Amino acid sequence: MKTLLKNCKIVNHDKVTEGNILIDGEIIASVTASADEKADKVIDCKGKYAVPGLIDLHVHFRDPGLEYKEDITSGAKAAVAGGVTAVCPMANTKPVNDNRIITEYMIKKAQADGLIDLFPIGAMTKGMEGEELTEMGDMSEGGAVGFSDDGKPVCSAEVFRRAAEYASQFGSFVISHAEDKSLAGAGVIHEGEVSAITGLKGIPSECEEVMVARDILMSKLTGAHVHICHISSKGTLDLIKWAKSMGYNVTCEVTPHHFTLTEQELLTYDTNCKMNPPLRAQEDVDALIEGLRNGDIDCIVTDHAPHHPDEKAQEFDLAPFGITGLQTMLPLSLALVEKGVIDMPTFVRLTSYNPARLIKKTDRGEIAVGKLADIAIVDAELEYVFDLSLNKSKSVNTPYMGKKLKGAALYTIKSGKVVFEFPLN
Amino acid sequence: MTYKRKDLLGMKDLTKEEILYLLETAQKFTEINERDVKKVPTLKGKTVINLFFEPSTRTRTSFEIAGKRLSADTINFTASSSSTTKGETLIDTVKNMEAMKSDIFVVRHSYSGAVKYIAEHTDAKIINAGDGLNEHPTQALLDMLTIRQSKGRLEGLEVAIIGDITHSRVARSDVWAMTKLGVNVRLFGPTTMIPKHSHVFGCRVCKSMNEAVEGADVIIMLRIQRERQGKLLIPSTKEYAKYFGLTKDKLALAKPDALVMHPGPINRGVELMSNVADSDNSGVLKQVTNGVAVRMAALYILGIGNNKGGIDENAS
Amino acid sequence: MSAKEIMSKEEMARTLNRMVFQILEAIKTEDGFCLVGIRRGGAVLAKRMADILAKEGKKDIKIGYLDITLYRDDLTSIHDYPVLQSTEIDFDITGRNIVLVDDVIYTGRTIRAALDALIDYGRPKKILLAAFIDRGHRELPIQPDFTGKTVPTSRNEIVDVQLEEQAGCDCILINKKA
Repeated sequence: MKTLLKNCKIVNHDKVTEGNILIDGEIIASVTASADEKADKVIDCKGKYAVPGLIDLHVHFRDPGLEYKEDITSGAKAAVAGGVTAVCPMANTKPVNDNRIITEYMIKKAQADGLIDLFPIGAMTKGMEGEELTEMGDMSEGGAVGFSDDGKPVCSAEVFRRAAEYASQFGSFVISHAEDKSLAGAGVIHEGEVSAITGLKGIPSECEEVMVARDILMSKLTGAHVHICHISSKGTLDLIKWAKSMGYNVTCEVTPHHFTLTEQELLTYDTNCKMNPPLRAQEDVDALIEGLRNGDIDCIVTDHAPHHPDEKAQEFDLAPFGITGLQTMLPLSLALVEKGVIDMPTFVRLTSYNPARLIKKTDRGEIAVGKLADIAIVDAELEYVFDLSLNKSKSVNTPYMGKKLKGAALYTIKSGKVVFEFPLN
Repeated sequence: MTYKRKDLLGMKDLTKEEILYLLETAQKFTEINERDVKKVPTLKGKTVINLFFEPSTRTRTSFEIAGKRLSADTINFTASSSSTTKGETLIDTVKNMEAMKSDIFVVRHSYSGAVKYIAEHTDAKIINAGDGLNEHPTQALLDMLTIRQSKGRLEGLEVAIIGDITHSRVARSDVWAMTKLGVNVRLFGPTTMIPKHSHVFGCRVCKSMNEAVEGADVIIMLRIQRERQGKLLIPSTKEYAKYFGLTKDKLALAKPDALVMHPGPINRGVELMSNVADSDNSGVLKQVTNGVAVRMAALYILGIGNNKGGIDENAS
Repeated sequence: MSAKEIMSKEEMARTLNRMVFQILEAIKTEDGFCLVGIRRGGAVLAKRMADILAKEGKKDIKIGYLDITLYRDDLTSIHDYPVLQSTEIDFDITGRNIVLVDDVIYTGRTIRAALDALIDYGRPKKILLAAFIDRGHRELPIQPDFTGKTVPTSRNEIVDVQLEEQAGCDCILINKKA
């Protein structure tokens, strides 16, 4: 089967070109095809961008074990509706993804749905208890692309060191959810002006930074690749800048909500703005945006963390941390393009090119001949209200529900197949 | 001067005029509490539920007395803060109470924002009797009423609030209300108990006890709760008393007629020495008396408030 | 809305004078009487009555002021929040003759509330009612003992008693409701 995408503005990490993309089967056959090329399906993309399918290195699909929040199928539907064609689910499932059987279960379930590719992140320690290493070799062979105890930071520096060292032997890497739990205490939002005003207990930025510093040093010690996930503060970025300038093998990611929203959202005690790390101050947001612009930050991820409405409809302190994000990553990231902070190639670098390289999936992340035909056709001008009819996740815990957004995937193409089409009335 | 809100959740969002209206009304109610027959029929047939998700005796009793003096039926409902213990959500608990046709809920909860959350999910009127570290609006009102009775004014007064500012809903409500009414508020306490971003309060944060009390018209000492706020914040109550307690000597630095207040219950010998608590400067019991009038005012204003129908202006 | 003056300043003064003498005539007991004016209009008239009495040499007539807001039976249907006035009765009313003074008697509900309020302050020997204007339409079995002027009105009219102390001039108007 052949598909022709006509009149695209083809965006790659290094340039934007005008052209027609010919897909043959699962593979991109040409990016310079004639507009009259014979194909089984032709989509006119005039005025629209063709970007490599987004690759989200940080999601929580709750499957197995907590399928009332999300499962692999609903998560995949939310992903493709957001132009995302590959995701890395974190290991905090029930049971924890700390063995090859669960890793393979996840991958197979996603393959059966055929919507996205799923590359699991395995647990760094057994049961995410922070004590014994998991069988990283076996899990890597089973398809795990990295290791992390996301949500339960590894307290012991020794354990973290050994995990990083061991993972590197299998060509893999570790992902650090940097948080000093002893400093976070009973905190529920950023410790700043808003925590002082609202009486909600604060989590200082230093709670993240102190662990980022440790994990950078563990990378220095071991030479292993350490990826710092969902960074939220200016201080963290300063540390990462330093690490990179020293040539340490450190990378990092940021979520759209951390570069878009500030602690001010919490003045209303909205549990849909409760996440960990918390929304920080304006100066942090400014620093993160600058980091995206200048390349200090390697990629944008969602930290898509679905929770059942009943769980969020509680006293603020009792509500769980986390928001969904797969369907809002594209518009919130495109907002940076519209503001002129980043250009379209940088957008692609942050949302697909770099993530693909971090997990060593070089068959994607580019629109080029021979690459996998994972493509999102993006209308950057489309304005719409993100409502329940558009929402594909099982959960609705996002501050953007009911809000006006700009920019969406009109078509999401996974391995040459159209897996999502935006419902334009 | 009016108050058109459904609820009384805090001082932060009120205007100066609304706060003054509450104070004026409370002042009027002080008279009823001095009578032989301390009861008016105003809220006859109204049901007030004291919904306490955190233990409290004095605030609850004060509200209960206030409700009864207005002839409302006052019912106490004490529950646990943790919804998981009963398997019922907070909103379900409230909706059950509401389904019994209750008019006003007086709510105390150990989590900041929980009372606002309830108010957003019920048609009943809500009075915040303290939510977590956030607000305790009737305490701020009774503090200001006591100060005004003693000093004849609020504007321009120097008021020191001393103690655990970070963990005090009393301090927050006092600060929001008093700064709106032109009071110069100063804060002092152990560094571990002052928020890092205290500039948001718009108050002077003092560096020493002497600086805090010097020339003050009013000194509000906060209750120190070592068992609750963790033993990390102060090493011992003995040391707290030494550096942060109000002694006769420290009081001497304030204005001679300085009014000493405390939200109660007092830890004698810790934040407040007995010879200060029992001195002529002490307004502590006056605060308790005024608490009833303030709560009557709050119940009255919310209890009669609705926007249905019109007054028969000539119903003489 | 057209206003019709039904009583001038001079008529009002004459009427109030007459009422004071009627009260003196009626209460001849040795224990005398006290005046209690209902806020706001009745309070002003009670004060004026006390002044007249003082001129007559009765300087020791006690006077109190009653705010009946908290005793009203229509509180919850009131459109706006009524401003509470203070009640000032700084003498014991138990065993005394009380003359309750109000500016206008209409449905009788205000007086009902005032009686409830008064009784919460003590147990008077007797309560008498002085109403400056009786405009009819009673809804309760309450009648004044002393009336300044009876004015037939319809329910869609408003009797507006303007007093120097509050409105800046003395006169009584009848308005049609808007």
